[in-house]
Amino acid sequence: MHPAIMGLLTIVIGVGGCIGYFYFSNVFLDKVLYPPTGPNAGRNINRANQIRPWLFLFPALFALGLYLAYPVFATLWLSLTDRDQGGAFVGLANYRQMMSEDKFWEAMRNNMLWLFVVPAMSTAFGLLAAQLTDRISWGNFAKSLIFMPMAISFVGASVIWKLIYDTRPEGTEQIGLLNAIWVGMGGEPQQWLTLIPWNSFLLMIVLIWIQTGFAMVILSAALRGIPEETIEAAIIDGASPMQIFFKIKVPQIMSTIVVVWTTITLVVLKVFDIVLAMTNGQWETQVLANYMYDKLFRSFDWGVGSASAMVIMLLVTPILVWNVINARKEMR
Amino acid sequence: MDNIAGQKSTLTWAVHISVLVLVLAWVFPTLGLFVSSFRTSDQISSSGWWAALSTQESQLPAIRVEGDETRDADLYVIEGELFVGSDTSVSAWGTSSREPEAYAPGETADLGDGEALTLSETGAYRLSGPESWEGKRLPRIFTTASAPPEFTLDNYVNVLTSDTAGAGIANAFINTLTVAIPATIIPILVAAFAAYALAWMDFPGRALLIAAVVGLLVVPLQLALIPLLQLHNAVGIGKGYLGVWLAHTGFGLPLAIYLLRNYMVGLPRDIIENARVDGATEFQIFIKIILPLSFPALASFAIFQFLWTWNDLLVALVFLGTDDETLVLTGRLVNLMGSRGGQWEILATSAFVSIVVPLIVFFSMQKFLVRGLLAGSVK
Repeated sequence: MHPAIMGLLTIVIGVGGCIGYFYFSNVFLDKVLYPPTGPNAGRNINRANQIRPWLFLFPALFALGLYLAYPVFATLWLSLTDRDQGGAFVGLANYRQMMSEDKFWEAMRNNMLWLFVVPAMSTAFGLLAAQLTDRISWGNFAKSLIFMPMAISFVGASVIWKLIYDTRPEGTEQIGLLNAIWVGMGGEPQQWLTLIPWNSFLLMIVLIWIQTGFAMVILSAALRGIPEETIEAAIIDGASPMQIFFKIKVPQIMSTIVVVWTTITLVVLKVFDIVLAMTNGQWETQVLANYMYDKLFRSFDWGVGSASAMVIMLLVTPILVWNVINARKEMR
Repeated sequence: MDNIAGQKSTLTWAVHISVLVLVLAWVFPTLGLFVSSFRTSDQISSSGWWAALSTQESQLPAIRVEGDETRDADLYVIEGELFVGSDTSVSAWGTSSREPEAYAPGETADLGDGEALTLSETGAYRLSGPESWEGKRLPRIFTTASAPPEFTLDNYVNVLTSDTAGAGIANAFINTLTVAIPATIIPILVAAFAAYALAWMDFPGRALLIAAVVGLLVVPLQLALIPLLQLHNAVGIGKGYLGVWLAHTGFGLPLAIYLLRNYMVGLPRDIIENARVDGATEFQIFIKIILPLSFPALASFAIFQFLWTWNDLLVALVFLGTDDETLVLTGRLVNLMGSRGGQWEILATSAFVSIVVPLIVFFSMQKFLVRGLLAGSVK
């Protein structure tokens, strides 16, 4: 069967199955299990209403549990076992082995750099773009162009930027924009992607380019939400535009900036495609997610691979906790 | 702040210019790829893509004289055109690689033994000599010429139809579509029911479940790869489309539930309570009231999920496999970058083929995308 037909069939079965499940489970509950008639009508309605939420929730909870919650524990277990010994428990041996590898520490170092540079630059550029485009007539058009890379895949973006970083031998015409500018300023053509330590930053630029639009959209909405009066008061008091921006506007949208920052941080922690496509971790550009992929699917070392996945999880955990606390606060 | 006296004009100009610079910096990379995909490999490797937009003077590769010889008095003559069908104009030319700019157009080069070669500005040449040219090696002409911008669709034809050049980009396109569409549609309904329960039904543990969903939003899917692959193998799904669809469904659910619940909570309470009083069942309320009213949120999530599944590399590599038959566009591109890293015409064109669908979705549905981002900026 052709995959496309299979896809169509899956849509029909998936959607039909969903509707069927919800419909018939509700009918079963109301008509068979606890019918709202007879001597126990009142009690039956109450019981049915106690069960119904779980009917609505069940498919989603099942999928969430199986595809996101269970793997966290399964990976934790895998990281403590050795596949070659038939899955025997080996304690922290995998972690010890991982810690002894230079590549791991290189990935950690780079990841820390990514974690600082990418969210900072994306948020800064996003804030700048949001503030500037808010004031001009063609601002929305400009925004939509800056936002556009959001739709481009990491791999597509890697191709785009690899063309910019392209190198031709000295003396011939440079077709990469970066080298063309560099040579134009009197430099020698460089193999940018092999140039330690700058190559890591060149990879980061790709992600900054993608994420700035996201930061801009969120921050722009936040800027518009600032009460007019506070700004007007500042103008009357003689504040300069710079003072208004940094002392009146930024403090008021601080919570949004934090949300943007953490969201981009999460993206950075999972970044994998860009490094795989552009350097595959060579020339000291390795990051955790690509290191993990290397271990899992190239060396087939599930123990160390899972251990590095747990390191990513560990780095995500503070944000997870912070988000949950905030969500609970909002609900109250 | 436009009303600060005396500052308006200079400040406004500064703003306009800064925005223009920002926009150009953000558009230029993509534009480079786009322009390159319409150039031949010779053009790409001889000049930067920005040069393609204007008339360019450059040294062209040598072209060997060819044509049938005719007799003109006691001379043997070969005449012809160097550039058939293009508006190239020659500024200098020569007959050896050491002196490629020895002559001006219209001048005659003396090749010795009474042989002579003339080249006009438009590229028409006339080669003459006292003896027949038959069996001789004809001279090559080196030209420095300016040519107007020239673009071709050949790359696209090549990449989409030929199996070798694009290495099956057309096939990968179908694969990506096959992955993305079911993986977008299936989670929506599942999530919508759950979101309704979390938004409008009262039951013990609701707050805890919402917190759990928020928590799961940020769980890296890297953790799920091996356990789920083992699971798929154990239940007989193995590697294949079904596995990818299920995985994308699972990974997309937290965002879907979160977005939809936030939206549904904001719906007017009166409508729902009136319907309850009028005797509608929860199922009817959901299908007839909540679902239609939640359309904007459903659209937002659908766009997110589509962009995410279309652009995804990791999930497809792991759950679908790396065979030629099943590779998706992103996987294909990564392979091309390895094997044909120098062939920019193929790489650029393939990349653009993979980018164009998300771009269309993006520009046509930007409104929903922005709304979704604002509602669920946690993922």
